[in-house]
Amino acid sequence: MSALSLLWPALVAGMLVGAAAPAIGTFVVQKRLSLVGDGLGHIAFAGVAIGLWLGISPLAGALAVAALGGVGIDALRRRNPEEADMVLALFFYGSIATAVVVASLSGTFNVNLFGFLFGQVLTVTPAEMAAIGALALVILAGVAGLYRGLVAAAIDEEAAAVGGLPVRALNVGLMVLAGLTIAVGMQVVGILLVAAMMVIPVGVARNLVRSFRSTLVAASAVGAASAVAGIGIAWRADSAPSGTIVLVAVAAYALASGVRRARGALARRRAGEAA
Amino acid sequence: MSPAPDRRAALPGAASGASAGPALELRGVSFAYESGSILGGIDLRVAAGEFALLVGANGSGKTTLLRVAIGLLAPAAGEARLFGLPAGDLGARARLGYVPQRAAISPRVPATVLEVVAAGRAHSPYGFFRRADRAAAERALGRVGLARLSGRRIGELSGGQQQRVLIARALASDPALLVLDEPTAGVDRASQERFAEVLGALNRDGVTVFMVAHDLGAVAGSLTRVLALHQGHIDEVPVAEARERVGVFLEDHSG
Repeated sequence: MSALSLLWPALVAGMLVGAAAPAIGTFVVQKRLSLVGDGLGHIAFAGVAIGLWLGISPLAGALAVAALGGVGIDALRRRNPEEADMVLALFFYGSIATAVVVASLSGTFNVNLFGFLFGQVLTVTPAEMAAIGALALVILAGVAGLYRGLVAAAIDEEAAAVGGLPVRALNVGLMVLAGLTIAVGMQVVGILLVAAMMVIPVGVARNLVRSFRSTLVAASAVGAASAVAGIGIAWRADSAPSGTIVLVAVAAYALASGVRRARGALARRRAGEAA
Repeated sequence: MSPAPDRRAALPGAASGASAGPALELRGVSFAYESGSILGGIDLRVAAGEFALLVGANGSGKTTLLRVAIGLLAPAAGEARLFGLPAGDLGARARLGYVPQRAAISPRVPATVLEVVAAGRAHSPYGFFRRADRAAAERALGRVGLARLSGRRIGELSGGQQQRVLIARALASDPALLVLDEPTAGVDRASQERFAEVLGALNRDGVTVFMVAHDLGAVAGSLTRVLALHQGHIDEVPVAEARERVGVFLEDHSG
């Protein structure tokens, strides 16, 4: 059996998550909420533990808890902006603690849970891949459907509110979509690294292109390409796919950063010659 | 140079700005920060077609009044209305163009000038920006003299240019009411004059203008009304008198 026939569910799932996560990340990063993705990952972990405990799908548990967590973080952050970092910390650590306690009580503190922490993309079944694919499409459709509002609020939230946009509802919508992204992405890169796929490809794209639209498209492309390359390398090198995918994205960031600097130096030299 | 406020009543555009009520209205508005009261029972009506300037010393509460008027701050007492609707009404706000005091857009935002201006047309959150949005954004950029910079990233522009982009963003939605908070603070003299011409032309086309500023500046010739905010209350200053006393009356009113 060729590698491709074994790997195709992993590659498809990786590409879909790799494309969807930065699409949400483009907006999250703009709102300076890069760490929210990380927090939602922690919260999703509690959802997984609760799901395993109740005997329902861990994905469903993560989905419900992460979406609720996204809404909760947004509401608390708004009510008490000075305490925003404490609110995030409470959600982060309260969730991890809940996950550990629930898992120990239910006896699921085992390899199963470990798999969700670090991802298990190579064991994704075609059925799981279909679920991941459907959710990734929901995320991309959500971004497309609310594009005007999300972009206006990401550029300048106050001006968007004055212009008649329901900014609070949009923020809640973005948090729900971020929660979905985390829940879907955790199967591919794991809870500890899923936020990286929301943020790092956006950093890569921001170094290379100018407009918001191009940033979103390029970040999704970088995310998908990192997933495919990471899975391929991991297969060859027998390394952990989740870490390999994220390291590919980190390498892309370093490369993009170099390209931006070189372009800047070139432009300055040209300007110097013209003067 | 004498003002002719009557000429606006004859303009078709001025009438279209009027609906259920004045373009902007404050009824008995009070506002207090923790440090103390800043607005005390203010009544103000800006009718459709007017070009009203609110002046006052630093810390007099001009910006606070403006933010209450457009629903960004809730008053402690009284109410703010736009076009006869509560200031928080999304439909009323969609007819409003707002230019904040300073560009609040982070230089890290990966958005082009054109995208920032087109965002001013996002009254509905659904769907993508369309060709009509892009065309309106390009027209608005042309009005502030920045058409050639439309493809640049917003963070690459100077502070003065960014301020003009924000003015274009407010214009892009073809607002019936334009509210500006010291829009030309820190902008060079030539840009201020160009900007004053744009505002004057818009007002002649029927757009109501409510602007907060430190002094009359370049817009002096277009004003139909001057209001001075002093110790939480508003005084009407005859426009002709305000023009003659540019720079003088501020000291009088700032106590």
